[in-house]
Amino acid sequence: MSGNGYLFAAYAVTWIIHIVYLGTIVSRYSRLKREIEELKKSRS
Amino acid sequence: MRWSDGRLARPARRWPGGDARRSTSNEFTMKRAFPIFGVLTAILLSYALYMALVWAPTERTMGNVQRIFYYHVPSAWTAFILFFINFGASVVYLIKRKPAADIVALVTAEVGVVFCTVVLITGPIWARPVWGIWWTWDMRLTSTLVLWLIYVSYLFLRRFSSSGETPLLAASLAVLGALCVPFVYFSIWFFRTQHPQPVMGGGGSIDPRMLHVLLINWLAFSCFAFLVCWSRYRLEKLQREVDQAHAMESLRDPRGSVR
Amino acid sequence: MSAPAGITRATLLKDLRLEWRSKDAINSMLFFSLLVVVVFSFSFDPTAEESRQIAGGLVWVAFLFAAVVALNQTWARELRNQVLDAYRVSPAPANSLFMAKTLGNFIFVSVLEALMTPLFIVFYRLRALGPAWQLLLVAVLGTWALVVNGTFFAAMSIRTRSREIMLPLLLFPISIPALLAMVQATTAILNGEGARFWIVLLATYDLVFTTVCLLLFETVLNAE
Repeated sequence: MSGNGYLFAAYAVTWIIHIVYLGTIVSRYSRLKREIEELKKSRS
Repeated sequence: MRWSDGRLARPARRWPGGDARRSTSNEFTMKRAFPIFGVLTAILLSYALYMALVWAPTERTMGNVQRIFYYHVPSAWTAFILFFINFGASVVYLIKRKPAADIVALVTAEVGVVFCTVVLITGPIWARPVWGIWWTWDMRLTSTLVLWLIYVSYLFLRRFSSSGETPLLAASLAVLGALCVPFVYFSIWFFRTQHPQPVMGGGGSIDPRMLHVLLINWLAFSCFAFLVCWSRYRLEKLQREVDQAHAMESLRDPRGSVR
Repeated sequence: MSAPAGITRATLLKDLRLEWRSKDAINSMLFFSLLVVVVFSFSFDPTAEESRQIAGGLVWVAFLFAAVVALNQTWARELRNQVLDAYRVSPAPANSLFMAKTLGNFIFVSVLEALMTPLFIVFYRLRALGPAWQLLLVAVLGTWALVVNGTFFAAMSIRTRSREIMLPLLLFPISIPALLAMVQATTAILNGEGARFWIVLLATYDLVFTTVCLLLFETVLNAE
């Protein structure tokens, strides 16, 4: 791997890590929203 | 019905996440501010990326690989700031027992670990082409590794605790971990003076243009970290409200509950 | 004797008496320590010259293993008999209980170390080039560092799932500066170099963490 290859790898890894983490937040958020809908339905 | 101190008891029929009726202007501003801030951060990050890859001068000895520096160092600084906030929030929780402080502690620890992971991976990727080795027990990288270990153990405690007072236990651990940090630095510093190794990131003065790009990237990543923390905070708050709602459900109707 | 010190002494003597009478924990721990030394000796088989370089690390890793196994059963008896609830209800200060447990663990682990050390010396043909009394000082300070944090984290891990793995998981990262100091100090003394910085660091670490653990233990004890 040339120098530029390492550079690209480092930047890519950074964003992959951040995107994965944000992804977990988003998926948990949507799951929670679904749970709230279920809660509302069960009460009404 | 009245509570013992005379307050009127209202039926606690609140949905997690708030009703539309209860939206205060504060909530409204928050809902608008978040996407606006998100767009601004994205712009700032793109600008910082351009600066790092194009505008910044190429380093003489290391070449383009040195540009990893503009991602590696701001991530480290951001992680340290987040861990410091974690310490503050944990102390506040130990003294005042405010739930918000506990959420801030949890959030900053998690996001701090994410940024720390970035530092620990970009470090070796940078070291390999420059020094030919993936890892040296270099002062900064080693300290970051120990910090990462301490806060990962904090997250494990949070995940595995079956106590009802997890926030208290976690806050105690956070205080101990934060107090450990100066010892980590001192011990590794002295170890390195006795057994010198190549220093990653180089010492010495820095070209003012490089410093400028570094600071821009730091600003961009700080905003990004704030955004991520904010999202995680909202998620955690919602999660706790849902858990509370479930608890109320089972209290109100122990025989037939959804779960 | 002041009341807290009296409580500490009483609790400590009770623990020691119980251990001495039953001896099951002691016997298994002693045998475990022997096993650790033998396994290490098979894994690392250095010459006399090399052994002085690596013995510091080996010895302390072995001590760490022994300490973790000892620490894991710190609160086992209390848990089985709901002693902790009784203690929370009593007016006795939580610090006294913590000091008693820590001192008990310290004595326990020191006994194990005293058993393992001659074996290491024999298997690795160790000979200290520096002042040997300093090795004793390092042993005391280092063991205390492990034990004070270990007792605290053992109390914390009672309230977790996977209790046995939580203790080392919490203990190791925070102990890293102390471990580095212990190992470096031991290696330096064995090789006749100065260990003053490491000893001072260890002493400071002990002071700081003992104080903070004492301050925070009440919180941990009362956490349901």
